[in-house]
Amino acid sequence: MNGEVRDLAVDTRTTLLDALREHLQLTGSKKGCDHGQCGACTVMVDGRRIYSCLTLAVMHEGDEVTTIEGLGQPGNLHPMQAAFVKHDGYQCGYCTPGQICASVAMLEEIKAGMPSHATADLTAAPRLTPEEIRERMSGNICRCGAYSNIVDAITEVAGRQA
Amino acid sequence: MKPFTYERALSPAEAAASAARQPAARFIAGGTNLLDLMKLQIEVPPHLIDVNGLGLDGIEATSEGGLRIGALVRNTDLAADERVRRDYGVLARALLAGATGQLRNKATTAGNLLQRTRCPYFYDTAQPCNKRQPGSGCSAIGGITRQLAVIGASEACIATHPSDMAVAMRALDATVETVKADGVARHIPIAGFHRLPGETPHIETALEPGEFITAVTLPPPLGGQHFYRKVRDRASYAFALVSIAAVVQRDGTGRVALGGVAHRPWRVEAAEADLPRGAKPTMAAILDGARPTHDNAFKVTLAQRTLASVLAEAKG
Repeated sequence: MNGEVRDLAVDTRTTLLDALREHLQLTGSKKGCDHGQCGACTVMVDGRRIYSCLTLAVMHEGDEVTTIEGLGQPGNLHPMQAAFVKHDGYQCGYCTPGQICASVAMLEEIKAGMPSHATADLTAAPRLTPEEIRERMSGNICRCGAYSNIVDAITEVAGRQA
Repeated sequence: MKPFTYERALSPAEAAASAARQPAARFIAGGTNLLDLMKLQIEVPPHLIDVNGLGLDGIEATSEGGLRIGALVRNTDLAADERVRRDYGVLARALLAGATGQLRNKATTAGNLLQRTRCPYFYDTAQPCNKRQPGSGCSAIGGITRQLAVIGASEACIATHPSDMAVAMRALDATVETVKADGVARHIPIAGFHRLPGETPHIETALEPGEFITAVTLPPPLGGQHFYRKVRDRASYAFALVSIAAVVQRDGTGRVALGGVAHRPWRVEAAEADLPRGAKPTMAAILDGARPTHDNAFKVTLAQRTLASVLAEAKG
């Protein structure tokens, strides 16, 4: 869990999200819909983004889980966190931890050459266009509507990485 | 969620045997559909058999020149596989048109085939539904039916199958490989895998109790141009109103399967002879016998126009 081994005994019904929030006090990951429709609970498991509300804690024994707390902390922000602040990529902030975890993992997917619905040529390396970013981030909803600023933040970080 | 016990299976045969011993048990792989349904108490399994550790997550070439896709290959990995992108573009496109990055990272090949309908009346536990509670009736008939089936439905159920992946696999004539509770393996052609609702809409596939999917095989590549055109209410993360999986050859012949219109991926092989004559006669033959409702009659026209757009793109 964010680089530390954590031992937990939980009811089989405990989702990974509830284990994070209720048992490990990692309340950065948010519960929005609890049904995989909003993306607020997005975390990374073994480097891949998933909805932590739609998986059981008992299914992740031995897995490496990274939450928003593991990406960066005040005073030592992850570049994506800093870019969201700079570009005003949020208003109320509730979806933000999920947006940031999803963005960081999404850029790794592009780097690994994984295609998306917005990729014109399936056999070529995907290009980092606003259309690609929007399609790949469609699993994270922002009801304040900060989408254009979120795309700006991601684009800046991606540009720096490239 | 209702309480349940949990085990991790160590082999496919053991998973199948365990499920046969406890008929109400469910296999869990990605869990993205099952856990959603368990939270809503639409699924209430007393026991879960976690099959993630079975090592069925490889994609290998078959001796016939096709591909064998392990049951636990994630949708993300299947869509990103170099051979799938090059030789089975219709499948890569269908996978990428479904769900979101987070869901595709979890969702598996077998789980995608087995996902349940998104009919709103199936999800509403306050309403009768023959699929959820056999014999209770169908609230969808006479209800809000915009998303629901236009063909192959029955007096008992007008739900649609939600998968995009399965529609492409139907066009490709995939085969589902399983192991039964007695350890016997069998091969089920995708055409016979999903059932029409008839009088028993709660029985959705040809699988026997406990039978476990181990892989899906694809025949050798068909060549041609591959399309998956999905029409939906928003640009991403929505189920299909109508979708078309098509493989079109240079001479205008090809294959077409439809999603969003029936209880299973809908393909009428005999209709494909009409493809060189265009979308109108082809779709008329594919949807011959359709009985849409007032709310979803638009799907018949939409299917024809979507095929016309695919065929126009194929011509270049």
